[in-house]
Amino acid sequence: MMGRLAAIAFNTYREAVRDRVLYNLILFALLIVGSSVLFGQISLEINRIVLINLGLTAISLFGVVIAIFIGIGLVSKEIEKKTLYTVLAARPVRRWEFLTGKFLGLVLTLTVNALLMSVGFFAAVMYVSHGLGRGDLQLVTAIYFILLEFVLITALALLFSTFSTPIFSSIFAFSIFAVGTFAEDLRGFAQMAHGSTRWAMTGVAYLVPNFAALNVISQVAHDTVVAPKLILLNTLYVLVYTGAVLTASVWIFERRNLK
Amino acid sequence: MTRDLRVQTGYALLLTFLLAASTVLVRQVDRIRDDTSLQEVLYIPSPKVVKRLSLGYSGLLADIYWTRVVQYFGTKHRAKAKEYAILEPLLDMTTTLDPKLLPAYQFGSVFLAQKPPEGAGDPLAAARLVEKGIRENPGEWRLYYDLGYIYWLELRDPAKAAEAFERGSKVPGARTWMRVMAAALAAHAGETETATYMWTNILSSSDDPNLRANALNRLRCLQVDAEVKALQERVDAFTKQNGRQPSGWQELISAGLLRRVPTDPKNNPYQWVDGRVQLAKPDLFPFITRGLPPGHDAGDIPGEKGFKVVKNLNQ
Repeated sequence: MMGRLAAIAFNTYREAVRDRVLYNLILFALLIVGSSVLFGQISLEINRIVLINLGLTAISLFGVVIAIFIGIGLVSKEIEKKTLYTVLAARPVRRWEFLTGKFLGLVLTLTVNALLMSVGFFAAVMYVSHGLGRGDLQLVTAIYFILLEFVLITALALLFSTFSTPIFSSIFAFSIFAVGTFAEDLRGFAQMAHGSTRWAMTGVAYLVPNFAALNVISQVAHDTVVAPKLILLNTLYVLVYTGAVLTASVWIFERRNLK
Repeated sequence: MTRDLRVQTGYALLLTFLLAASTVLVRQVDRIRDDTSLQEVLYIPSPKVVKRLSLGYSGLLADIYWTRVVQYFGTKHRAKAKEYAILEPLLDMTTTLDPKLLPAYQFGSVFLAQKPPEGAGDPLAAARLVEKGIRENPGEWRLYYDLGYIYWLELRDPAKAAEAFERGSKVPGARTWMRVMAAALAAHAGETETATYMWTNILSSSDDPNLRANALNRLRCLQVDAEVKALQERVDAFTKQNGRQPSGWQELISAGLLRRVPTDPKNNPYQWVDGRVQLAKPDLFPFITRGLPPGHDAGDIPGEKGFKVVKNLNQ
């Protein structure tokens, strides 16, 4: 089973890295990171803050875009190319293995991309700050949270791609990402409601993926320490939520007629 | 040259020409459009709405807004504008998007407080901005200092200034001179003594070369004010004793009222014109209030950061 998962994941990774759009996006993100050095100079007293905000936002946003655009095509492309039925019928691969392998492959692709962009980002930080200090470990935490964000959005893109067309899947994925950034506000609104509305809103607020807690960019830009407990809880949350989304994806995918 | 290369070169040249032409046209359009239509627009006036629309990336938006503040202020300042209509809302937007962005409070309050054309001439708005900064960052003693400074020199309210310095002196890490400043202002000490005390402390406690240079400049100006006052007193004493004004410094030296020809902190001899002590080069001391030749305006008191900001923007 592990061998089959690894094979699908590696194939997904190989296929993704062949995509030229991916390199364009990475190059563009690196250009933005580089330009933040210049951007800081037309402002006042915030060179390092601009670099961190702009650099990490670029890594995060471009990663989310890559995750959605590749994620939505993972299943639909296979169906379109008529290769999915061949794989599932001719080889001893189960549907859940196929889906999980695809998910792991895309997460691997995004991790490699994020690491490449992080190298450029840290080079820029070193240039602006004349070296790296212990405080810069917080930046690694922020990048780790960005990776967790990618894991969540990849799972969601994959979920939508199991039952919808690529265009609608991308709209759904972007929408849920936007709504997820309001997760904390939604819980606040729910508290203000009364009766059954309150229950319904609270339910929705907790069902929405909590992207808000994964964004600590502003915090690390001001050298504020991220609590170790938050790192642990965010990691557990992403693992559990991703598990739920993948379960839903497999459930839908198992019921789909692929012939 | 092959045909293919010629075609490629042709495309490259055409592209370069068209891009250059479009740049020229944009410059022409900018020239005929009213400057205010490009500058004085907030687009979305509510900071809370902008924060929601930022999808969690509010730090980056705050940086963009802060850069817009700096560019807006710089453009207006260079044009010697009398009005800075959207400066306060822009600063409110910036600090709502990133409440921890200390430069926005510190420099923003200077932009707001300074008299036109140096700034918006709204010290109350500056005090409101710094109070907001203190609410969001109660552990930053520098903000209390900024508030005290605005109340003391811009709003001429020593009681509120003393209160701000006192509150700030209780913040962990605050410099000890904050407490002394509070006491001096509360006791209504002479402005010159208090100012000398403050600038001496800034000079000794700051590592920022701009702040240090400005503090030194301020101290030199205070020294000039004190020296001009003392020299004028000696001239007046001579006039009273002899029933006429002295003919020059030499006469005061001969009378034992001076030991040598007095010089300012930059070693230029003080002038003696029509019974008044004057500086030979008053422009070297931008903040002096005494010894100015007739028709020469007294320096405003834009403050240490104002000096730095204006210097940076003019570079």
